[in-house]
Amino acid sequence: MLELDLTRELDRQLSVCNACRYCEGFCAVFGAAQLHSAIGSGEVAYLANLCHDCRMCYDACMFTPPHEYALNIPAVMAEARAQTYAAYAKPALLATLFRMPRRAAALSVAASVVLLAVGVALYAGPQALRPQLGPGSFYRILPYIALLTGPLALAVFGLVSVLQSARSYARDIGDGVRFATAASLLIAFHDAFSLVYLKGGGAGCYDENRGSGRRRFFHGLVFWGFLADFAATISAALLQDVFVQLPPYPLWSVPVVLGTGGGFAIGVGAAGLIAVKRRSDKRALSQQMVALDYAFLSLLLLAAITGLALLAFRSSGAMGTLLILHLGAVAGLFITAPYGKFVHFVYRFIALIKNAHEQRAAKAGDPSS
Amino acid sequence: MLLERGPQHMRGGNTRHTRDIRLAHASPNAAASGAYPEDEFYADLLRVTGGETNELLARRTIRESIALADWMAEQGVHWQKPLSGTLHLSRTNGFFLGGGKHLVNTYYDTAQALGVQVRYDVTVHAFEVSGTRIDRIVCECDGREERFACGATVIAAGGFEADIDWLRTYWGDAADHFRIRGTPYNTGIALKALYDAGAKPVGDPRGLHCVAVDARAPRFDGGIVTRIDSIPFGIVVNSAGERFYDEGEDLWPKRYAIWGKLIAEQSGQAAYAIYDAQAADQFIPSAFRPLSAPSIHELALLLDLNASVVVQTVERFNAAISAAAIVQMDRLDGCSTTGLVPPKSNWAQRINSPPYYAYPLRPGVTFTYLGVEVDATARVSRVDGDAFENGFAAGECMAGNILTRGYMAGFGLTIGSAFGRIAGSEAAAYARA
Repeated sequence: MLELDLTRELDRQLSVCNACRYCEGFCAVFGAAQLHSAIGSGEVAYLANLCHDCRMCYDACMFTPPHEYALNIPAVMAEARAQTYAAYAKPALLATLFRMPRRAAALSVAASVVLLAVGVALYAGPQALRPQLGPGSFYRILPYIALLTGPLALAVFGLVSVLQSARSYARDIGDGVRFATAASLLIAFHDAFSLVYLKGGGAGCYDENRGSGRRRFFHGLVFWGFLADFAATISAALLQDVFVQLPPYPLWSVPVVLGTGGGFAIGVGAAGLIAVKRRSDKRALSQQMVALDYAFLSLLLLAAITGLALLAFRSSGAMGTLLILHLGAVAGLFITAPYGKFVHFVYRFIALIKNAHEQRAAKAGDPSS
Repeated sequence: MLLERGPQHMRGGNTRHTRDIRLAHASPNAAASGAYPEDEFYADLLRVTGGETNELLARRTIRESIALADWMAEQGVHWQKPLSGTLHLSRTNGFFLGGGKHLVNTYYDTAQALGVQVRYDVTVHAFEVSGTRIDRIVCECDGREERFACGATVIAAGGFEADIDWLRTYWGDAADHFRIRGTPYNTGIALKALYDAGAKPVGDPRGLHCVAVDARAPRFDGGIVTRIDSIPFGIVVNSAGERFYDEGEDLWPKRYAIWGKLIAEQSGQAAYAIYDAQAADQFIPSAFRPLSAPSIHELALLLDLNASVVVQTVERFNAAISAAAIVQMDRLDGCSTTGLVPPKSNWAQRINSPPYYAYPLRPGVTFTYLGVEVDATARVSRVDGDAFENGFAAGECMAGNILTRGYMAGFGLTIGSAFGRIAGSEAAAYARA
């Protein structure tokens, strides 16, 4: 499934790591690699996604270039992750989007904005440029049915696509073992929600020079911000459809507080992640993965900024324009979600479940450890 | 000002290749479990050195090591649980997160934050001395000679194991087949400069710590990943295809260090570790995959050895062992050969399960013991009986005062850290006075 060259290269590099083991304390990758002495494409897909890209092993390694062993585990892992995303993309035809993340992001936002603008022009006409006040103001710009079905269709498509990718990935790395037990799921949830492998065993993640806790902090902001915005959407739907209150909602309502908080968190988090990435050591990364990172983070940042701007100017004549821009950014996020960096957590979570399972099995088999 | 012989990515000498440090402690701490009292530590040192050590310096090192767990953590070092395969060290040694290069990086961060200026690729090759005072350090950087006046100087320049010509004066042409496991910059130039300036040598000039490493290892800086741990699991033959030493003499960590010298004494400084499928995956592998073949005959051909001799060696070995032998690798199990010379005293198990595996071996030099004599303040002694008033030494270039021979895991770094701190504070006190 993955490129043979990359499999051979990771096999070569990990055979040095297995003989050394100094980096065992940073993350789960090196302990897992010891359980897989022969590296095939399934192992590459597994280990690459178990890697959280803290890059501490690069800082610690005596054998990075110009040493003749020429180890660069973070770069190989990132390259392999990018390949995993493309290899498991469904439908496979769209996998090519992974090779042009910036263009995919820009085009999907631009196309959505144009489409929305045309729709708004036809539906609301010049009304769209005048202030709209009171309940249902948004729906005078765009009809409720469009605001409901558009995102819903994109979300369902994305969900089905990602679930299919996940199933096929889990089957490949599982190698016939059902690793998603209750116990391994519990451990994986803990590992994922605490972002424990962004701690680098205490050393942190890549930053200006040595590790810091910044990347984990900013990643946490994006993650919880994302969940808050999701909750805001659900609560708004409940307010509208159960309690029959039409938006816009007051500043101190549940959807606005959650949405604003989430928007700020995503904006600050995405900007922070971009800043940390920009000043990190450029030798330990994969260009393809960085392109995916920047594309996704830029979309998040754009959605957060336009969302907050929409809130700030929702009573002004700019509301219609800002609504188009914000919905365009969100649509860009939805469209590229299954074909961009968004999918990282799916593969990483499955890899964490497998790791939890096999570490438990290894401990049970070896009472001394 | 810190003058580093190597480039930035090789800074810190062979500390780059360390992963743990031996620490005395009265009760469990962040670094190590249980207790490791001073007297036990000292008794362990006497055992490996055959009683030959400078007790004053040794005890000072051990006492200083008590404070190191906290001091290192203050510099930003994180302690972690022992790495896999090193459980036997969990009480005596502390493992620092990420190993030696991460440690060195952390120390450099601290030093630079304190305002220490670092110069890389600088070779210190002479000291200008008046009386007992080092006035100036003479060095070469960027092809130019430079002189630095100094209030006090600490020399932490390592051993001379990377100077093959120097090794050749004691080991002859055999030195050409040695692999130097660590930095190529430990060529002993500063050590020679100290001798030229009147410093008193200490330690056996022939003495070197040498282990069995993979013959495919690079000439320099192959690091820990080239060591071969398979020896107690099978047999070792020389280039004539004959066994030459008891592979099951003692528990592996203790015997680990003798095999370098044993191989250095063989013709061509070459040997071959052979084992079979029963032993595969039971030890930490080398970075290089073992050679393998479906029969001993074919394996011997792969190794370019006389196949019939190797087959005969294995057959004789197998014939000296009961077929029912089941070895217990975690202890001296007494499963030995009978009537075989040399014997294999423990873990003797027939080599009869294909595929068969082999590692080609060479002596891998870890460090040399030769250094300069120091006193308890780390001041370098002079041949005329005085000591340099402002010349201090730390690390491998003075470790021979304490570790005169043999090996104790993590003790080199203990000496380096303890005497590094002593030398540093004494030098600062002198320079300020």
